Amino acid sequence: MNITVISESSNGSLHPVTAQLVGAASSLGGSITVICPGGIGSSDAAHISGVTKVISVEGDCFENYDCSAWSESLSPLAEGDLLLSSSSTIGRELISSIAASKGIPVVQDVTSLTGGLLATRSIYSGKAIEEVSISPPCAISLRANSFESAGEGGRGEVSTVNVSQDVAVAVKQALAKASERLDVSEADIVISGGRGMGEPANFSHLNEVADLLGAAVGASRAAVDTWEEIPHSMQVGQTGKTVTPNLYIAVGISGAIQHLAGMRSSKFILAINKDPEAPIFGVADYGVVSTWEEALPVLKEQLAEMLSN
Amino acid sequence: MGVAVLLKQVPDTTAKISISGGRVDEASITKWSISPYDEYALENAIKLKESGFGDVVAITCGPSRSAKCLTEAAAVGADRLIHIISESPLDSIQVQSLLSAAVKESGCEVVMCGKQAADTNSGSTGPGLAASLGFSCVGGATEVSMDGGVASATRLGPSGMEEVEVGVPCVFTFDKGDSELRRPNVRGIMMAKKKPIDIFAPDDLGVDVSNSMVSIKSHSSPPEKQPGQKFVGSDSIPQVVSKLREEANVI
Repeated sequence: MNITVISESSNGSLHPVTAQLVGAASSLGGSITVICPGGIGSSDAAHISGVTKVISVEGDCFENYDCSAWSESLSPLAEGDLLLSSSSTIGRELISSIAASKGIPVVQDVTSLTGGLLATRSIYSGKAIEEVSISPPCAISLRANSFESAGEGGRGEVSTVNVSQDVAVAVKQALAKASERLDVSEADIVISGGRGMGEPANFSHLNEVADLLGAAVGASRAAVDTWEEIPHSMQVGQTGKTVTPNLYIAVGISGAIQHLAGMRSSKFILAINKDPEAPIFGVADYGVVSTWEEALPVLKEQLAEMLSN
Repeated sequence: MGVAVLLKQVPDTTAKISISGGRVDEASITKWSISPYDEYALENAIKLKESGFGDVVAITCGPSRSAKCLTEAAAVGADRLIHIISESPLDSIQVQSLLSAAVKESGCEVVMCGKQAADTNSGSTGPGLAASLGFSCVGGATEVSMDGGVASATRLGPSGMEEVEVGVPCVFTFDKGDSELRRPNVRGIMMAKKKPIDIFAPDDLGVDVSNSMVSIKSHSSPPEKQPGQKFVGSDSIPQVVSKLREEANVI
């Protein structure tokens, strides 16, 4: 099978999920071509084990994100039976657009993929699991941290393609900078707060724990709806993001069905809530009945001590 | 001119999803709603109409029950209702072909929809439809206004919230923004009940939906969580932290 991988970048370099996409592609067998939009990370991509070829696609249109312009630049180069991307916001948009222009279907946010092409994905934000059978040619986006990364040591051949594509979307002004923090959908550890945090300023305590753990900070819908300081991009749950980190820490979150759907597949869940009857304890591996005011200082202190050893 | 808004009917987000015979048991779902992000698209489409941009054409693709979301859209101001009836599951390219035909029929050059639907959470429809229609695409928009043939939109881009300009024709997919969703009044609800719905079958639109490259093998429930360990009081935190390292191996 010929597989084309659309690489993912962040802050001007190759995003680690790219090696996971190559890892998934390698397990299916066949030749692997990695396409790097804007040429970002093309030499790093060539060093991923299993990569046959890297196409560095360069041009002015990659300065700002324009789904149609990027898609039209990349589509002619995205050949083969199977097209893979990450299921990040841009990954999904791009692969949808490229797939449509080729007239092939796309299956999004897949968490396991096996030969003969059986793919698994969660639906209803994790309330159910769907297994689909796919006949190539097809496009598939993969969820970050669901596939083993391919190692290093690859010697893919890099070629450069210059494109001149008209841009339709012009950025007029930046209104607010993206958070420096890790996104909840990408982090290995997520700590989220709910309305039980009392006021948005108290999220600083979650930030401190997150800094110790290298975690992302999330929030329940109740918190996002109540406080405008807590942006929707932090929301975990059915109208926010579905997350599957190794550790999910829920603080002051009672556990509405929409929230549980979005985080219940986390590997381990620690819940801290003062209400012993809170539904969140039903999915928690470790439940601590306590107010956050009492629990978080001890948690911080213990983590700091453990991680300094 | 005019704006087409694409609405998908999904189980209400409060609904429990149960499985029967390897498939989601739709009969057990008691409440169906317009997918939440699509509601933001609808709200913005109506705001555009109020700013003088032309009629709002609400389009849905789905089984007979989905007609309800068109009537709900009419109750808050949608002018024309189009229902593409499809009783069986469709793959992304089939959905996009059907919607693309309906948008062409409507004559609209601005299309609005949610950034993803609350059932599959895929997010394929907006950008895919844009590609098949040859329209531009702005994803994750929270507000759109029009000045002549140029739209100004706020979106969450890779480097943060930004204001972008784009010419029509264009597809906008909506994220949750600050827009307050309007609720229908009694008069709106009464008028909506009488509003005719234009019904199309895939054949009417010249789209063949008989074969798909993607087929659903099974649906299942997520694995049940084993009952966890429960502790009382912050005194237990040191023990829990050491369990996170020793038992769970996650820190």
